[in-house]
Amino acid sequence: MNEIGLTHILFLSAILFFIGVYGFLTRRNMVTMLMSIELILNSVNINFVAFNKFLHAGKLDGTFFTIFIITIAAAEAAVAIAIIIHLYRSNKSIDVNDADLMKF
Amino acid sequence: MREEQLVIKMNTDFFILLKPELSLTFIIFILLIIKVSDGMNKNSSIIHLANFLLLINFLLGFIGNATGTLFSDMYHTNGLIALEKNILNFGTLIISLQAYEWLKNHKHVIEFYILLLTTLLGMFFMVSSGNFLMFFLGLELASIPLAAIVNFDLEKIKSSEAAVKMILSSAFASCIMLFGISLIYGTSGTLNFAELPTLITNNPLQILALIFVFTGFAFKLSAVPFHLWTADVYEGAPVPVTAYLSVISKAAMVFVFISVLNPLFQNVQNVWYNMLFLTIVLTITIGNLFAIRQNNIKRFLAFSSISQVGFILLGISSGTTMGVSASVYFLIVYIFSNLGAFGVIALVAAQTEKENISDFKGFYKNNKTLSWIITIALFSLAGIPPTAGFFGKMFLVTAGASKGNYVLIIIAVLNMVVSLYYYLRVVKAIFVDENESPIEKIESNLYSKIALYICMAGIIFTGFASVLYDYINSLM
Repeated sequence: MNEIGLTHILFLSAILFFIGVYGFLTRRNMVTMLMSIELILNSVNINFVAFNKFLHAGKLDGTFFTIFIITIAAAEAAVAIAIIIHLYRSNKSIDVNDADLMKF
Repeated sequence: MREEQLVIKMNTDFFILLKPELSLTFIIFILLIIKVSDGMNKNSSIIHLANFLLLINFLLGFIGNATGTLFSDMYHTNGLIALEKNILNFGTLIISLQAYEWLKNHKHVIEFYILLLTTLLGMFFMVSSGNFLMFFLGLELASIPLAAIVNFDLEKIKSSEAAVKMILSSAFASCIMLFGISLIYGTSGTLNFAELPTLITNNPLQILALIFVFTGFAFKLSAVPFHLWTADVYEGAPVPVTAYLSVISKAAMVFVFISVLNPLFQNVQNVWYNMLFLTIVLTITIGNLFAIRQNNIKRFLAFSSISQVGFILLGISSGTTMGVSASVYFLIVYIFSNLGAFGVIALVAAQTEKENISDFKGFYKNNKTLSWIITIALFSLAGIPPTAGFFGKMFLVTAGASKGNYVLIIIAVLNMVVSLYYYLRVVKAIFVDENESPIEKIESNLYSKIALYICMAGIIFTGFASVLYDYINSLM
């Protein structure tokens, strides 16, 4: 029986990070892109908490950072969704390919 | 008794060191209270009040600056940081003066000022951060409201499209940077800027972290290959916001980059120098090549600002104090010249809705003064000798040459020649080209006139007066 250690958790967070990056780059729906960003942020959160618990248990820097990231992610999502809704009112679409008024 | 004195001293320290942020917060609260109480309905009186408060705020920045740290090293300030904050304050004041023409008929003037000053507050915290946590909070406070004011031409689709592009790419960039920060935390166990330099070594994981953090910075600075959002956002945003993005938010990012890259990553200097080398070559060249083929003048200035960032990075790449002072000096010159150009464009766009270079053909016929102002500003951006832009670029290239990498310097100087071509193309359109229906006479208001004359004086005198450069050098 192997115990779950830092390596496993870092592996999980790396996978989450790259799923997020892949989703952000391939999905064309703006809300899905926003969800991919949340995935990346969660992978960062896992990283911070794991490092804090396994390597630097004396201080709580990592945990505090995680709390701030969660708060800021909420603020970011709120503003982003407001802007997306505003675009939807005039464009009738939240597909990135339809937002093509400006190119090169 | 002793303890009491200590507490009093700590309290006065708090007010003295945090003065720029506190005065900005105070202005934001005044505007909020006016908004809530519904006391002032006339746009022009709100703008007068905001300009007056910003002027006071700018003047306050010159008195009683101290050096010190607060919140257990989270926040630190010194002479150089106070100067950087003054530069940002000054630029915001000029932009606010120039925005009068656009704002006087806008429905949400107070919200515009509140959001604008909130981003400025975020930049202040970012510039004087002494810890990655404070840095990240400042960065987000600076970038989230910025996306909201990019969307401020509420009835235009272009504006919301630009805002979507801005918030998605800036959120993505922050995520990448955060992942880098988490790796730095994991390998060193601290987020404090004062303790990090000795803990960062050639550890592969830390090099990976450096790459992530560097990528995040390059995104925010719009350095090639992470520049793709820049032109679209600049084109879609209202002109004063474009000016703010291209001058203030870029200057703040450069200031932070200066205080993070070399001080923190000294031990891996050869790694980041190679990354920076590649980025500089790409940024200057691609910025220039794309600027040549633009027709929209805001897009044109976007690509020109990308190539200017390449030159600033060239100064930073030296990793010496000379590079730092050259970059800060160049940013002052850049603020004057870019805001000079944007001031004229803002006036034209607010009164005629015309933003294309071809619309500017024959501009000289009806608008003699404005033509000369935009010409001098473009000359300064191109770096033609009597203007300050020449001295700024000269210091940057000299600082960059201290590494002895002559390939880089030759590429940079050749690109300065290319940039002359496209800046002069605009000047040619204004003075030489024929047009049956040139732009009518533009009425400029008092605020715009003051802003433009300050910019002109700045372009001409900062080049000749060596006082400024010596002052920056004395702060190192």
